[in-house]
Amino acid sequence: MNNPGGFSLLGPRFGVLPRSHADAERRLDSPLRRAGLAALLLGLAVLPFVADGYIVYMACLVAVTTISVVGLNILTGYTGLLSIGHAAFNGVGAFACAVAATRWGLPFWLAIPFGGLVAAAAGVLVGLPSLRIKGLYLAIATLAAQFIFLFIVQHWESVTGGDRGLQVPSPQLGSLRLDSDFRLYWLIVPVAVAMCVFAANLFRTRIGRAFIAVRERDYSAEVLGIDLLRTKLLSFALASFYAGIAGALMAYFFRVVNPEQYGFSSSILQLTAVIVGGLGSILGSVLGSLFMVALPELLKGLATALAGADAAKVAVLLASARELVFGLLIVGFLLFEPFGLAEIVRRTRARLAVWPFRS
Amino acid sequence: MNLFIEYSLVGLASGGMYALIALGFVLVFKGTGVFNFAQGELMMVGAYVYLSVTQLLGAHWAFGLLAAVAVGFALGALIERLVLRPLAGQPTLAIVMATVGIGLIFKGAAGLLFGPDQRQLPELLPRKPVFLGEILIPGGVFWTFVVSLAIVLACLAWFRFTRSGVAMRAAASSQANAFAVGINVPAISAATWGLAASTGALAGVLLSALNSLTPHLGDLALAVLAVLIVGGLDSLGGVIVGGLVIGWLQAMTGAYLGGSWREVMPYLVVLVVLLVRPHGLFGRKEIERI
Repeated sequence: MNNPGGFSLLGPRFGVLPRSHADAERRLDSPLRRAGLAALLLGLAVLPFVADGYIVYMACLVAVTTISVVGLNILTGYTGLLSIGHAAFNGVGAFACAVAATRWGLPFWLAIPFGGLVAAAAGVLVGLPSLRIKGLYLAIATLAAQFIFLFIVQHWESVTGGDRGLQVPSPQLGSLRLDSDFRLYWLIVPVAVAMCVFAANLFRTRIGRAFIAVRERDYSAEVLGIDLLRTKLLSFALASFYAGIAGALMAYFFRVVNPEQYGFSSSILQLTAVIVGGLGSILGSVLGSLFMVALPELLKGLATALAGADAAKVAVLLASARELVFGLLIVGFLLFEPFGLAEIVRRTRARLAVWPFRS
Repeated sequence: MNLFIEYSLVGLASGGMYALIALGFVLVFKGTGVFNFAQGELMMVGAYVYLSVTQLLGAHWAFGLLAAVAVGFALGALIERLVLRPLAGQPTLAIVMATVGIGLIFKGAAGLLFGPDQRQLPELLPRKPVFLGEILIPGGVFWTFVVSLAIVLACLAWFRFTRSGVAMRAAASSQANAFAVGINVPAISAATWGLAASTGALAGVLLSALNSLTPHLGDLALAVLAVLIVGGLDSLGGVIVGGLVIGWLQAMTGAYLGGSWREVMPYLVVLVVLLVRPHGLFGRKEIERI
């Protein structure tokens, strides 16, 4: 930060100590940053027209995962409540949405929020023990909730269809059926962008700051006048709502919901995305989801190259390779880059800003 | 009535196995304050080491057991040194996820090395059924119970009476004070991890000799969560009581409600106990409630 002249390739925002609050605030909001955001949105809008079907499919998958991972990051990264059962809330949202769509014939723009709300209610229920227990014990409680969820889904066959699950019809908007990845893209990606923006803004408000205060030290937060009960439950509800919306979108995207999709390994995948992306960072959640969706695809390519065209052999190899790589990523990031990809981005930006000087 | 007693006895007998599995968790938690989600995978690794030594190298089963225990000890100590010690003082999230990550590494590596197929271990304990009066208990279950309980009791005695056991208890109760009286706390931590992994390896061999061995053997350890929560996460004696209680409950739910209830029952017990009495029956009451 020793750059008195304020020389910088990215304008005079970095590498110089801000001299007043207004000065500091101005730097948060530069034309360059706005231009970058506009370019990103434009890119998302153009992508489905220029990319092939596979890329569009992957983009939808990344967007859905991002929504869920942002939710988990709100709970675990920002509020400090560890949940090892996040996928269960995806499942609650997905099944609620599927039941609403097939049984009651609700249109998708009602069924998806319904899935989110039911998941939020389930989240409050699971969050209730968090009033008595925290840390490791809470993690164990969420793990137990995950398995109990699977049990309920598998045995409440009259509603959930048991292990076979439910078929979900394509969303219908007037006379337009959203029955291809290209059309679903225009439903999923805008929702994902809106939910990311909402989460990013949340942490500039009183409620969001209360979450962070609870994470840092719950006693101190309570002394500051934060209602711990309400804040923790709100965090659970919000995180589960995000998970529920993601689950509902997944239901429409895959056109089928079954308990297999929402098991323990999916919860672990999402936690890995949070850690790899960066705890307590919305940008990190996006990067982490992108990484964790793209990585198995790369591994699939590798496994195919190694095992040849034998599909069963590839699947077996892939499952183990995925576990191994996920494990290495979790341990590696925790040890060497605890704030994840988001921290790498931040550091790179700070370096670039004062280049060629050392930051 | 006879049937009830028979189910009860078989349930209690499988509880001995649970106690042995739970022992590894409690050792590490008591000694270093870490809940080791990779304990199940350490069991699995131990079983594969035993399998490799006895079947691939054709060695005597005693060498297999010895190798499993030795490799387990080395792995446990290595994990403590390479991963958990650098993470000391980090929030629970980082530590829990680090152990989850280690578990995934082992599971993935075992899957790549040995493939997903079920392996059958050579018989270790006599299969001949044991009769208690008129009640028949499968031999494997009975002898596994005896061996498991013997190992758990040996660990308890070792903690109670030996010099290194006392040092471990001292380090567990207060690291700073243990340092002050000249105990080498880092070495003790590594040894605790090693010991826990060794008991895990033994549990893995016994368990897979009873059923069969796949890279997913470790998933069974998650069902032991209930044993730990009932007995108390840091109570060595608690694992025996917790193991017997959960074993009996599982046999009862399995017999009278069906197999799927048998699988979910431990998790229901976990939730209920966490709500009513989070430190379990014998755990130290140190959970903050805020």
